[in-house]
Amino acid sequence: MAVRGRRIQETTRVIASGQSYKDVDDVVMTPVLTHPFKTPIWWFLGFAGAFALLTMYLYTIVYLIITGVGIWGNNIPVAWAFPIINFVWWIGIGHAGTLISAILLLFRQDWRTSINRFAEAMTLFAVACAGLYPIFHLGRPWVFYWLAPYPNTYGLWPQFRSALDWDIFAISTYASVSALFWFIGLVPDLATLRDRADNKFAKLFYGTLSLGWRGSTKHWQRYQRAYLLLAALSTPLVLSVHSTIALDFATAIVPGWNNTIMPPYFVAGAVFAGFAMVVLLAIPLRHAFGLQGLITKKHLDNSAKVMLATGMIVVYGYVLEAFIAWYSGSEFERYMIFNRMFGGYGWSFWALIFCNAIAIQPLWSARVRNSETALFIISIIVSIGMWLERFVIVVVSLTRGYANSAWDVYSSTFWDWSMYIGSFGLFLTLFYLFIRLLPAIATSEIKELVHHDRHHGSHSHGSHSEEAHP
Amino acid sequence: MSDSAMTSQLYGIVAEFDEPEPIIAAAEKAKRAGYKNIEAYTPFPVEGLDEALGHTNTRLGWVVLMMGMIGGISGFAMQWYANVLFYPLNIGGTPLNSWPRYIVITFECTVLFAAFTAGLFMLGRNGLPQPYHSIFNTPNFEQASTDRFFLCIEARDKKFDAEKTREFLASLETKPLNIAEVEP
Repeated sequence: MAVRGRRIQETTRVIASGQSYKDVDDVVMTPVLTHPFKTPIWWFLGFAGAFALLTMYLYTIVYLIITGVGIWGNNIPVAWAFPIINFVWWIGIGHAGTLISAILLLFRQDWRTSINRFAEAMTLFAVACAGLYPIFHLGRPWVFYWLAPYPNTYGLWPQFRSALDWDIFAISTYASVSALFWFIGLVPDLATLRDRADNKFAKLFYGTLSLGWRGSTKHWQRYQRAYLLLAALSTPLVLSVHSTIALDFATAIVPGWNNTIMPPYFVAGAVFAGFAMVVLLAIPLRHAFGLQGLITKKHLDNSAKVMLATGMIVVYGYVLEAFIAWYSGSEFERYMIFNRMFGGYGWSFWALIFCNAIAIQPLWSARVRNSETALFIISIIVSIGMWLERFVIVVVSLTRGYANSAWDVYSSTFWDWSMYIGSFGLFLTLFYLFIRLLPAIATSEIKELVHHDRHHGSHSHGSHSEEAHP
Repeated sequence: MSDSAMTSQLYGIVAEFDEPEPIIAAAEKAKRAGYKNIEAYTPFPVEGLDEALGHTNTRLGWVVLMMGMIGGISGFAMQWYANVLFYPLNIGGTPLNSWPRYIVITFECTVLFAAFTAGLFMLGRNGLPQPYHSIFNTPNFEQASTDRFFLCIEARDKKFDAEKTREFLASLETKPLNIAEVEP
């Protein structure tokens, strides 16, 4: 992974100019094919930290399974708490990956190419983290498969009219289609790794995974069509997944949940949180691997713009929730919003407004969008804000239901936190393995851009990428 | 050994280029010269190369549409069967066939079937996984996934003749970096 020494120039183009096809492969593939013993020390340190968190996560799960969900703070009336908050938070993060890989492909946004691979990996790992929460929240996680329709001796079917079952279908479809999309995208790059590998084991490993890809024109023709179709299918899929999760809330009659705005507002929030995570991963990644010529300032700038736009949609959602609560004329809805702002958990609402509405305003300035430090800090604030949003929706609504006799306070326990923080361990461990074993950038797609750059873009400067695709 | 016996032992003759434009020109020229079994190997999809090689369009889209519809219909039918026929259960006083509540799962089944058809049909039609292929015997073919472009005129082509095909490739406007006979 010896790419540190190279002099790196920052650029605002989609990819730095003057790169050859081989340069792209060199910068992306060399770190992957480095001998394990020559892996840089930062990787081992990062992996060790991630693995320590993963161990905490596994310990929590073992304790949870042995003891039961009573170790969490969840109790009636707040039967849904951290597991659902974290589930929605993680799955939301995953959505940016699919947005980048599918929706931006359909819109022919060439800047997606440099970041789609690791963003899709982020999606998969985030979905893995998310999917485990509802399963452990079942209380008897070992029979989670009862939620799937399968031939069984009980002669039973799952209840398809339940939002929980919608979730199972939505999440499992999303996870499997994302994995397929990711793998199909990887195949040509795995073939490149197979061809570049000089060690026998690596050759066998990547050779097997690449399935014998040989890049014939007929291969590419079918490949491109399949990739486009997968993108076209993933686009409504990703919108449906978070809409379905929003329906978990919207189909319930709890004040603060029973809102028609939930699905679109949840989707916008998901993209918002997801792009924050993309920025959080992209900034260290481009420095660690010297990818400044491929993940450029332009990507960070565009991600920041998407964050700002979706953030403002989310803010609109907050305003509309308050308006509808007042306009509904229902005293329970009105009390819900009053309690949300000025009740015992009011601090969480105002912290949320600070994180998601105020902290993103500096992104209007190009100078802030150009500063990696500022972007990194804002992205952390946004991630916290989106977690608080789910806390406000889930916990604050449930503590104050229709009947005063069922009002209660909620407090989390150590195990709630160890499972939340531990899930970062799962995410980061998978991510560290990913950047070590697989190319973090889709090189065959980048080479198309390089080709385009060399033959059609040489006469224009700077902002050529906008002109190149009319 | 006679000439014809020699040719039958070849997989084809392969020309190597370092840019995509010459390979498009070469493919067009070979097509005009009457060759039919030509294939190009490139590190990334080259626009216009499939037309130059005379590849017909793929039917993938239609297959995916059909499978998506089958997925949607079977997803809905499954829920209808379970809730209306197999075990009718009154949930909140809604009709047994409360179809709006079946939409999410119907949609997810549509996407699941269609997406896996797109991915697996593509791999299947491409003959993958396929660990061995004759084209891998081409010298320097490791570069085909990095920055080299290969054009292969296959021996099964009726017009193929080891000598003449080699001469044809050598006579191209942009001279190939290398021309190699490839064994099966």
